[in-house]
Amino acid sequence: MGNGTSIGRVRGLGSAHAGVKHWWHQRITAGSNILLVTWLVVSLFRLPLDSYKALTLWLSSPWASVPLILAVISVFYHLRLGLQVVIEDYQHDFTRVIAIVLLNFYAIGGAALAIYAILKVAFQGAVA
Amino acid sequence: MARNPKRPLSPHLTVWKWGPHMLVSILHRATGSALAIGGGVLLVWWLVALAGGAASYARFVDLMTSDSTGRLNLIPAIILIGLTWSFLQHLCSGIRHLLLDTGAGYELKTNKAGALATLAISIILTAVIWGLILTKGAL
Repeated sequence: MGNGTSIGRVRGLGSAHAGVKHWWHQRITAGSNILLVTWLVVSLFRLPLDSYKALTLWLSSPWASVPLILAVISVFYHLRLGLQVVIEDYQHDFTRVIAIVLLNFYAIGGAALAIYAILKVAFQGAVA
Repeated sequence: MARNPKRPLSPHLTVWKWGPHMLVSILHRATGSALAIGGGVLLVWWLVALAGGAASYARFVDLMTSDSTGRLNLIPAIILIGLTWSFLQHLCSGIRHLLLDTGAGYELKTNKAGALATLAISIILTAVIWGLILTKGAL
């Protein structure tokens, strides 16, 4: 495959030269998800989830809040890359652009909310 | 995509026989999408409820659990069991994809066995985890 014709390149057809980075980051975050999300699932299984006191005590330790923040970053980056591929496979006209923009809003907004919430609980410390 | 309707469609979509590798492939996409939306929203909701303080978290727990028994309500239970299985299926199938990325496991028998293994492991582990949760009476 070549780089296409000049007019094709002007119209944005052909490679955007971002594919390898996308592919590689999908795999890197897959690896970090295996570690971080497995840790989160095991933690959720062991924690008394109905106890506000126990959960704030848990998140007051950096050994819980930091891996949880890393898990949020890894998960939301991975889902943003993954859903991008799903959208590109099924949406072919201008709806693709709208869907990708909405996906970015969801991924960045969701991660920001989650990280802010974790930090707020972590900094307020365990509730007596 | 622009397509000349006079041209025939490739016939393979209706002619090929379903195999486990095809099922696991589409399940990877389906479970990934379910985790991305359902799991993502639930995770953020849970953390924001927790950050809102004791009263805010009590409302979250109240919505998810029954007042009389203290156990999970039916709808949250179904969603959480579904997300547990989706996570395990996506995890197993994801690890299989990482192995396939190295170029290994494309022989017909190995490929089929790998695909079937992801299904078996995800279903068995989901049953074990929820068996433990329900018998322990935790939530």
